[in-house]
Amino acid sequence: MRRAELIMAIVMAIFSAYLMSKSAELPIGWVKGSGPGGGAFPFWLSLGMLICSLWIIVRWFMRATPQSRSSHPFLESHALALVFMVIAALVAMVGSIHFIGVYGAVPLFFIFYMRFLGRHSWTSTLTLALSTPVVTFLFFEILLHITLPKGATEELFYPLFDFFM
Amino acid sequence: MEIIQHLLDGFLVALQPMNLFLVIAGCAVGLFIGAMPGLGSVNGVAILLPVTFIVPPTSAIIFLAAIYYGAMYGGAISSIMLGIPGASTAVATTFDGRPLALKGMADKALVAAAVASFAGGTISIILFTAFAPPLAKVALAFGSPEEFALMMLAFGTFVGLGGDDIPKTLFSICIGLVMSAVGLDIISGRPRLIFGDIPGFFHGINFLVLAIGIYGIGEILWTIESSRGGVQVSQAVVSVKRILAALRELVKSTKTILMGSFVGFFVGLLPAAGATPASIMSYGFAKTMSSKPGSFGKGNIDGVTAPESANNAASTGSMLPMLTLGIPGSPTTAILLGGMVIWGLEPGPRLFVDQTEFVWGLIASLYVANFFAIVLNIAFIPLFVWVLKLPFTILAPIIFVLCVVGGYAPTQDMHDVWLMLLFGVVGYFMRKLDYPMAPMVLAIVLGPLAELSLRQSLLQSHGSVLVFFERPISGVIMVFAVLLFLTPVIRAAMRSITARRAGSAGE
Repeated sequence: MRRAELIMAIVMAIFSAYLMSKSAELPIGWVKGSGPGGGAFPFWLSLGMLICSLWIIVRWFMRATPQSRSSHPFLESHALALVFMVIAALVAMVGSIHFIGVYGAVPLFFIFYMRFLGRHSWTSTLTLALSTPVVTFLFFEILLHITLPKGATEELFYPLFDFFM
Repeated sequence: MEIIQHLLDGFLVALQPMNLFLVIAGCAVGLFIGAMPGLGSVNGVAILLPVTFIVPPTSAIIFLAAIYYGAMYGGAISSIMLGIPGASTAVATTFDGRPLALKGMADKALVAAAVASFAGGTISIILFTAFAPPLAKVALAFGSPEEFALMMLAFGTFVGLGGDDIPKTLFSICIGLVMSAVGLDIISGRPRLIFGDIPGFFHGINFLVLAIGIYGIGEILWTIESSRGGVQVSQAVVSVKRILAALRELVKSTKTILMGSFVGFFVGLLPAAGATPASIMSYGFAKTMSSKPGSFGKGNIDGVTAPESANNAASTGSMLPMLTLGIPGSPTTAILLGGMVIWGLEPGPRLFVDQTEFVWGLIASLYVANFFAIVLNIAFIPLFVWVLKLPFTILAPIIFVLCVVGGYAPTQDMHDVWLMLLFGVVGYFMRKLDYPMAPMVLAIVLGPLAELSLRQSLLQSHGSVLVFFERPISGVIMVFAVLLFLTPVIRAAMRSITARRAGSAGE
């Protein structure tokens, strides 16, 4: 916990400095006739972020926050494995949307999550894994006319669209 | 009289078959979401907002407001039956709700919570109906300096009253405002903060991406981490006879419920305060007012009615500044406000002039929502108890998928889905380190308007910041805002003075 607070503050301080330099690509001072320049608002606020990050670091050295006094790990070991597995599964799902589309990635995600993390029966896993994409398709694509990314599975959907539209 | 006429017109809108259906559906969905441990109104509204693109704006906001309401009722269910707050707004309900359930009086506590919620909501809407039109009339005269001053006041409340770590709160406000500046500069039209020249940043960072990331992905990660191990669901014996008996006994709580409703409404107006502190304050007052303060925490029914009337009252209260001033009174209303912008409605006092049907339809729908929320709540107690037994490994993937699809829908850009995932994970880590998330969400919603009003004001005054203090209304607001920002300094100074006095007295 103690180390995590310092690392977060340092990362955020660096990020603030980057934001400041990025904002400064536009005028940050007074532009005649149009008031403060386009970069001024984000620039001064990024400076505010930087000051706050430094302030957090100072308070860390003074041990002024509960985190900076805590010797507990940032994540308990059992939670660590679980949380990172879930995050990895999410990244894998969103990443695979680019290739196999929402309708390929969502069922796989359900199978992984319910069967392997939740240890549910194959029946309930498959019921949800197969019904969720159907509901999603009917709601978003048919009712809302929002096309979800399909990747390589695009062509499989042509007959479906012909049927509904 | 004019107000009553408007309200009647509003009921005509709210009682249209589709809107009525949406109110009932929203209440039911809200009750479920509220009842699930860990999820509250803000999560429900953030995750489901993209789904509402299917209906016209008035209906969409009626649906979301009904979810907001239902979730406030639903929070109590998990607090009482599991002893785990269904949402942070229902924390105080566990203090006495759980002991009552353990004594076998879960049904009594649930009925008390529902009735108190109904009373709190109703009293609060009546206050809302009375206060909103005059306030909007005053706000119509506001120019850019007043708008900016109001936003400073909103952010000031987080520093002065939020109770979180000060530098972390300020950091959260700043980063939210900076994120709102990504995209095209509103005045010169030039691109700015385009990280790594990725084209996805040109359309800016949609507030929904941040809101779904934090309140969808981040919240579920938080719940996965914290809700380990089995929980014990209490048994509730429900029968019409017992419910009627419980209702009769509630007459004794009238005073507490009234107090809770007023406290809730006024605390709810403040952006940093809202339903959670309102319910805790109300619990504290009820205990002080009580003739038997010792019985609190051991199963006093007033310990359930006080926080429950207050949190519902606060949720209505937080809509008042959103509709009249364009300043959201809570994270949930911040998301509603962002939604209104997407739907092409400009939040603020002009709504009462230009969009009377929308405003009064929404207000009337709150009366209707309150009625259905209590009916559904009491009628389906067994169903909600069943929901509590649903394993989280079924709910979590459903919510994750809703987040991914919902994050994609508004802009139809995978870039936003990745960004949402990033915000969710980073937000989860920051939350673990006590960085408050509400100011960030409020800041990204208010950011564009804050920047515009600041730049316009400075342009009018040729760069002098005194413009905010010279005009009477903005001056008063600004002084309050500055005081709020300085509260931590003042508090620290007072503490050192008292410490010195104590030190000199000891010599």
